[in-house]
Amino acid sequence: MRDNPVLQVRDLRVYYHTVLGAVRAVDGVSFDLRMGERLGLVGESGSGKSTVAMALMRLIKPPGRIESGQALFEGADLLALPEQDMRRLRLAAIALVAQGAMNSLNPVIRVRRQFADALRDHGEALTRSALDARIRELLATVGLGREVADKYPHELSGGMKQRVVIAIAISLRARVIIADEPTSALDVVVQRQVVETLRRVQEKIGASILLVGHDMGLMAQVVDRLGVMYAGTLAEVCGVEAIFREPLHPYTQLLIASLPTLERKGAFRGIPGLPPSLLNRPRGCSFRSRCPHAMQRCEVDAPVLREVRPDHFVACHLYEMNAPQGALQTAAGE
Amino acid sequence: MSALLEARAVTRIYGGGMRGPRMIAVDDFSLAIADEPPSITALVGESGSGKTTLARLLLGLIEPSGGAVLYKGADIRTLSGTDLRSFRRDVQVIFQDPFEAYNPFYRVDHVLETPVLNFGLADSRREAKRMIEETLRVVGLRPEETLGRYPHQLSGGQRQRIMVARALLIRPRVIIADEPVSMVDASLRATILTSLRELHDKFGISLIYITHDLTTAYQVSQNVIVLYRGLVAEAGDVEKVVGDPKHPYTRLLIGSIPYPDPNRPWTGEEAPSPEGVGAPPEQSCCFAPRCPLAMAVCRESAPPMFRTDRYRAAACFLYREGDVVPGADIGEIMIRSNGPSLARPPAEAVELRPGA
Repeated sequence: MRDNPVLQVRDLRVYYHTVLGAVRAVDGVSFDLRMGERLGLVGESGSGKSTVAMALMRLIKPPGRIESGQALFEGADLLALPEQDMRRLRLAAIALVAQGAMNSLNPVIRVRRQFADALRDHGEALTRSALDARIRELLATVGLGREVADKYPHELSGGMKQRVVIAIAISLRARVIIADEPTSALDVVVQRQVVETLRRVQEKIGASILLVGHDMGLMAQVVDRLGVMYAGTLAEVCGVEAIFREPLHPYTQLLIASLPTLERKGAFRGIPGLPPSLLNRPRGCSFRSRCPHAMQRCEVDAPVLREVRPDHFVACHLYEMNAPQGALQTAAGE
Repeated sequence: MSALLEARAVTRIYGGGMRGPRMIAVDDFSLAIADEPPSITALVGESGSGKTTLARLLLGLIEPSGGAVLYKGADIRTLSGTDLRSFRRDVQVIFQDPFEAYNPFYRVDHVLETPVLNFGLADSRREAKRMIEETLRVVGLRPEETLGRYPHQLSGGQRQRIMVARALLIRPRVIIADEPVSMVDASLRATILTSLRELHDKFGISLIYITHDLTTAYQVSQNVIVLYRGLVAEAGDVEKVVGDPKHPYTRLLIGSIPYPDPNRPWTGEEAPSPEGVGAPPEQSCCFAPRCPLAMAVCRESAPPMFRTDRYRAAACFLYREGDVVPGADIGEIMIRSNGPSLARPPAEAVELRPGA
């Protein structure tokens, strides 16, 4: 599994150019998305997680710009492909379930046509009956009845719309599904249905999922591995069990401790302070002003993501003395 | 003695007639908030449960279609003069969106100075400034880093804490907080909830905490009211409701919470889909179409609140052995005490584990 990445992201940098200077929203992010896995990318607002998702789809709009980096997918660098080729890959190979995706359906056409348009744009020439059968099958995959095809989006609930979007996303059997906060506007009960649907279809078509979100609870329930983002960089990447059992980065530790539970009252607390400005990024570690373990070194050296335990990557100086010589420089395990 | 703030058999209907299909947002809801002892009550429900409509009714922002909201025994629609001023002062609100509550053209000072001036809380500008600074410190903000700024220069967490400070500044008797942390990041959520909780513990202010998130409701409140489609499904002691939920809807809600532990998966079945299910007939339990335990009786009549414990009741025929709570007065089953204070975690609750 480990040596079988579908998508290799290397040193991705995305800046937003404002009159005040460049906002470094994503500042050197590297990770692998492995075959058939669900990888979570969790972070708070402004951590750059959605920008990573949009960059991989090549949907960054000005003043945003992909400054550097690679995203290797089946031998091609997504970030360097001509726009024409990228258009062909979107949906067919890499599908996006966007934030508030239920609003990405066209409100004035029926669900059936939204499927038909997507399939036709990617050169699927189907007869009417074959198209109907295909749509029926796709709707069934996400647990919706065939009658949904004849409805307008406003006739469907939020959860149903979100499942229609998922059905469209898998209509061409994409190998990679990027889901950016796919359930952020939904209630917990519906959220669970949508996420379980996503998981089932992903397993059925054997795709890999990059799930972007802010909810650690949802991540714990859904993903295999988890990357924690802070201020435009990855703080920690590791299997989801290990990261909840023994988080290594101080930010991950505090983040997990800030989650309220239904068991112990008062057993959660906030993280004091605020993330740094991405406009004038301070030297050194971006978490140091909030970190209870900040050392002198953290003020000058920005820590690099290294593998400090098998398949457990952390960007923190606390772990560097123990790291083996010649530690890996990226999460890639190159 | 009449309650400080009371909803008496309040119903709110939207639509109907020319305005499209009739939708009962809040159905015959009663709740009394006493002045003493101060209490914390959570109203929990999903979107469409009527929780925000209830907040707006209690604040007098919209009028009930039936029943009344009473302030110290008087219908708030009849208040005028000093009584209205005192209602406006005693009942404060914190809204969900910590950005929309501000006028972007004014510095944040404006939102704090206005109530001080309006209610004549300070004799001089200097006194007003001192009060504002002191209140900001109570909610964990540094006045020198906060005052003089514009809303967009502050983070969502800071903006929401200023709203808590504003509510506190007026020294109200009750604060209605409508989803105060749903737009705030996890790491700041705890801080704001602690500030809210302190308003109760230190200043004796009652709190109505409205949320979709049962987890934070559990952390903050003594009593919880679970709403489903404008009706109370279950209400009472938060420990009982969360620890041993009785209503099938509460169970579904708790089972759907994604627990931050990969070894503790979602419990129970995925819910039977509510979709495609039209509005249930009015003479039935509104949860019956989704309920895995629905019986014949559930489709024939709407269940009253049955008492299941001293401090809890559920609107479900599974518990028809219990006494019916008279007049749906859920105040009957509420714990009326200060309750245990939020156990404060020790200063070093978080253990950090440097590399092995």
